[in-house]
Amino acid sequence: MATESGTRHERSFRMVEADLIRELVVAFLAVTVLVVVVAALLSSPDERTFTAAQLAAKDPAALETTALQWLNGEDDIASYGPPYNHQTGSLQNLGFFAPQSWFGVTIPVDPARDFFLHPLERMRALDPALPSALKAWNDASPTRRGGWETAYGHALKVTGGARLTALRFSGPLPTLMKAYLSLARSGALEAIINADGRVYQTDFTDALLPLQGDPLQTKAGDEKLLGTQWGMMKEPGNYPGAVWLWFYTLLYQIPPYNTSSSGDLLAGLTVGVVTILLLLIPWIPGLRDIPRWVRIYRLIWKDHYARRD
Amino acid sequence: MNWTRATRAWIERTVPMEDLLPDRLPAYVRSYVYYFGVLTLSSFLLLILSGVILAFAGPGWWHVSSTGHFFNSIHFWAVQAFFFFMVLHLWAQFFMAAWRGGRQANWVTGVLLFVVSILAAFTGFLSQQNFDSQWIALQGKDAFNALGVGSFFNLLNFGQMYGLHIFILPLVLAVLISVHLLLVRAKGVVPPIEDGSSKKVGQNGD
Repeated sequence: MATESGTRHERSFRMVEADLIRELVVAFLAVTVLVVVVAALLSSPDERTFTAAQLAAKDPAALETTALQWLNGEDDIASYGPPYNHQTGSLQNLGFFAPQSWFGVTIPVDPARDFFLHPLERMRALDPALPSALKAWNDASPTRRGGWETAYGHALKVTGGARLTALRFSGPLPTLMKAYLSLARSGALEAIINADGRVYQTDFTDALLPLQGDPLQTKAGDEKLLGTQWGMMKEPGNYPGAVWLWFYTLLYQIPPYNTSSSGDLLAGLTVGVVTILLLLIPWIPGLRDIPRWVRIYRLIWKDHYARRD
Repeated sequence: MNWTRATRAWIERTVPMEDLLPDRLPAYVRSYVYYFGVLTLSSFLLLILSGVILAFAGPGWWHVSSTGHFFNSIHFWAVQAFFFFMVLHLWAQFFMAAWRGGRQANWVTGVLLFVVSILAAFTGFLSQQNFDSQWIALQGKDAFNALGVGSFFNLLNFGQMYGLHIFILPLVLAVLISVHLLLVRAKGVVPPIEDGSSKKVGQNGD
């Protein structure tokens, strides 16, 4: 026999029989059946990671160009700024407001050293040509290295005799690049970049950052996953992604968010303000009155109003 | 003062058992809108269940096993169900002005649940160890770095993201859900807006 229950306020209304436990069990079973059927029919995406081995096989010049940018400091990470280094290339700010610089360099990354020279240092015992090439590079002045980099960059753009001439002025770079491409093709590059003398490793910052540039952007663009393509809401292969981020994603399609060099900061602050407003709706006159104006509650409680009226 | 007795008395006063698990409810809850909450909770339970299986077998399992991939698919679609029902629940509570009658804390915990759920899903995407997580981590890092958060929330640190996803954030969600449900039962289900009354929506006691 049902006992009287519900809070005092609830009990001031007409009461009906309820069974919350059964409702939860039925809802759980219904959701489970629905999800299992959809999972069986539609599966889920699982595209393998984009690797240096793939890039070295498909477009070795792209990997060499990227490596040159690490060496000459022109790549995005070399000039990024906090938390990776003290540069300002990707430092976002609104006037004096630059939270990116508040905590300084907490994840130090030196692309030339971490992505290129250290992996080759670790391979020196396996390639007889490497020790002398690395020594030549390390002993050279920055000006000399710059000259080699310029010549090698030229060699990547020309063919035939012009290429051979450019390579002759590239110092040890042809040897270093050849070894680097071999390492990349072997599939071991990411593991060697990440190797720091420990067996266990769960932080892949150094292994993932090298390929964040143009080749990965091109691949993502082909799959319509770029930020400007509403990519934050999508998954590879036309699966739905974080659809709930529609508002945040929308910001990246419109000015000033998609035109400002501090677009991420602007979008983050905007979403932060909107979230705080959402949180405080019960106390904000106007916002808290919207339900009464739109009167959708008349549909939700239509039986109640029909009985009352 | 006996802290144990005081705590028991506070619990009995705040949420007596007949209010916690009532077998009679006001007639106005007979609306389909009230199912969105329990469907969200059900999706969360399914997420935990499928997540426990995936976590038990380890993060690499589902890439090499068809059974593992199937459980990943369940987890994947359960996330979609979870957010679908949660957003419907959120909109419904908004249009019911469900913060009335001293229920502001219900609304606040609900919005917090939405925000933490987004973080939980985000760390899930980052824990997949495939192209999707690679792309999201490398793109997303700029947003977190720009806000100054990247220094201690490194999207490229798999260990950190995985730990957050399979333990810390689900724990926060479970605690918040418990508080949210207790608040609903402590205050009772929000009653219909009595239009024609002099009180305004959003004010206590409406």
